[in-house]
Amino acid sequence: MADAGLPTVEEAMALGLTRGEYELVCEKLDRPPNQVELAMFSLLWSEHCAYKHSKKLLMTLPTEGEFVVMGPGENAGAVDVGDGLVCAFKVESHNHPSAVEPFQGAATGVGGILRDIFAIGARPIAVLDSLRFGDPGTSERSRFLLDGAVSGIGHYGNSIGVPTVGGEVYFEEPYEQNCLVNAMALGLGEREKLVRSAAAGIGNILVLYGASTGRDGIGGASVLASAELGELSEDKRPTVQVGDPFEESKLLECSLELLEAGLIVALQDLGAAGLTSSASEMASKGEVGIDIDVAKVPLREADMEPFEIMVSESQERMLCVVEPGKLDTVIALTDKWEVHGTAIGTVTDTGQMRIFRGEELVGEMPVVALVDDCPLYDLDPAPPAAPIYPPPTATLDPAADLRQALLALIASPNIASRRPLFEQYDSIVQSRTVRRPEESDAAVLQLPGGRGLAVSIDGNGRKVAADPYRGTIGVVLECASNLACAGAQPLGTTNNLNFGNPEKPHIAWQLTEAVRGLGEACRALEAPIVGGNVSLYNEGASGPIYPTPVIGMVGRLPDVTRAGRLGFAREGDAIALVGRFSPALPASELARLRGEALPDGLPDVDIAAVRATQEAVRDAVREGALSSAHDIAEGGLLVAIAESCLAGDVGATLDLGACEDAWSALFGEAPGGFVVSGDPSAIARLAEHTDVDVIGAVGGDRLHVRAGDGEANATLAELREAHRALARLFP
Amino acid sequence: MRVRVLVRPKAGILDPQGVAVEQALPALGFGGVTDVRIGRLIELEVDDPAQVDEMCRKLLANPLVEDYEVQLLDGAAGTAS
Repeated sequence: MADAGLPTVEEAMALGLTRGEYELVCEKLDRPPNQVELAMFSLLWSEHCAYKHSKKLLMTLPTEGEFVVMGPGENAGAVDVGDGLVCAFKVESHNHPSAVEPFQGAATGVGGILRDIFAIGARPIAVLDSLRFGDPGTSERSRFLLDGAVSGIGHYGNSIGVPTVGGEVYFEEPYEQNCLVNAMALGLGEREKLVRSAAAGIGNILVLYGASTGRDGIGGASVLASAELGELSEDKRPTVQVGDPFEESKLLECSLELLEAGLIVALQDLGAAGLTSSASEMASKGEVGIDIDVAKVPLREADMEPFEIMVSESQERMLCVVEPGKLDTVIALTDKWEVHGTAIGTVTDTGQMRIFRGEELVGEMPVVALVDDCPLYDLDPAPPAAPIYPPPTATLDPAADLRQALLALIASPNIASRRPLFEQYDSIVQSRTVRRPEESDAAVLQLPGGRGLAVSIDGNGRKVAADPYRGTIGVVLECASNLACAGAQPLGTTNNLNFGNPEKPHIAWQLTEAVRGLGEACRALEAPIVGGNVSLYNEGASGPIYPTPVIGMVGRLPDVTRAGRLGFAREGDAIALVGRFSPALPASELARLRGEALPDGLPDVDIAAVRATQEAVRDAVREGALSSAHDIAEGGLLVAIAESCLAGDVGATLDLGACEDAWSALFGEAPGGFVVSGDPSAIARLAEHTDVDVIGAVGGDRLHVRAGDGEANATLAELREAHRALARLFP
Repeated sequence: MRVRVLVRPKAGILDPQGVAVEQALPALGFGGVTDVRIGRLIELEVDDPAQVDEMCRKLLANPLVEDYEVQLLDGAAGTAS
């Protein structure tokens, strides 16, 4: 093997390895790595691939349960939805690419998560997204990122014909420099036909199909292209990944047909770290070796180096393992779909990942060293000595009365109607969507046989910043409450942990506490984690993002025609506050508008009590007993009621009775509260199962509330105008 | 001043439109076509041509994925459309 010009330890460190890790690589190889090997180690030993700062925490999460068919470790998780069908789902982040080029970053984020779904043999049926930006009203950069990300998601999802059925977006100052773009996808597949990614069968062939390979997204590895990066000629520079949804559509159909015909042994998509990560992980799971000849990889640019080919992140590519006797059939099928497969390697019994360029061996590493031997680090968590985040900018007049506060909250970018965003998405293609955005707290999709699937994605970084443990529990509960309002029982959970630099003790503490809360809440709800993603080092010049665990939860309901709605439906219906609800203002949306500093900690949460309330609401929705059900979230009780008024286009009159503090009662937030409406007798039956407080009635063209000495009054027209606040940003 | 801006995908960037055309031409019987790249042409009448470069960087092109080239046409105004 050529050993001229071996990379130095400084180059290894420029690629992100520590000196100790570089020395460990040398020890595992018994010699210093060459250019190809160093590029591969630096990627597989990165946080993104090796989870070296988070794996020990993630191992504490519950991953097994009654409905789990496929858990973490595969391309996506899967839960049983009955009748031999499974729902595959996963959330993944594309934060850093989106911060550079938001349109393509978000588009390729959607493309990547869709490939994860069909890589296990499920057909994608829905996309959701979770976004975080700075204030779009005052920050030009945030507007640019928001515009780009939303149109990128719509471009990819709409083109490929997968509906974007839900999502969430928050605008907070800590995301100004480092936006978050998380995409979640769901797929439907037959339980017996799911495929895993472990390579198997010595002598079997590796076939790469899909788009050709270019210099897309070759991140830090470019350091290897030249000792002096500044002198790189323009055309050698790494390029932004560009997504091609039509190519992905062909890739999807081809992959599903290959699986349906039983032609392939294993399947894996190419995502971060490209061929390096896909091939190594397939080899590791199958406990085999793999030989790859980079000279056989179809290239978009002729003069690519072997290491560039191995680490390229060109989109819309898949790698499968095929028995030699079936190779011709597989290639013919990929030609039919115009995704032209090429045999690029073989499965071996060497336990080595060997990279050839034609006859020349250009890299040889033990698979175990690449995939499993990356050191895992213990975090060094310590609560921050002083507050990490400055108080948000105050935008609400301190003298505002209840009515002014209500209208300001409804118009807050975090609460205002998301219509200008979601109407750029096709939410009904594939004709499965039963509840679209703003119709129900969760999106609802129809399954064969009249059953339904509900899905929600949630996060609240500000609460997690105030109390990582209780804040995260609150997010998981919120997600399950959204499912309950649709009438669904949770089956499984996916999560994306977006945090700052875990090598800092206070970030390590946020991460540790959040994962503790996540595990505890998922265990208590019996909604195990089936997959997820970690995105660390999300920091801008002004500090870390709010710690933002994003939770996606999938549930099922027996009768999709009874899927819950959030809008009030009938004049004269009783309105009830359901659950043991203890609203508090600290860290609430109102506190943000007032510019209040984050509190140090949130009140305790009784998860079991919240679960019991969720089950009571869910059962009532399933019986068709309620006209509406809506979870109380940002903005508290009165905002929830205003949202139900707007969704149903009808007013409400409320009297909370004696009330110590009208502000807390109306605008305070806490997990476990619901606003439901229905026939008074149905509300009375619900009261047999959980705490129910009838507080008013549906009717009229205004929202009028009395709480102790306080009073607020707004017409539907005024509420609607406030709710359209985001539309003013999208003229 | 009449100005013409030519915008092309940067070298090495995937150009899905170009790829689609490259694959469609042989289907129509045109052989021997490779490396199709599709960009766009923008013509505009401007008072101050010195501003065009900034217009390109901020709106007319996406400098992250596209190269642009500004051509100053004859001082005479272009034909009205």
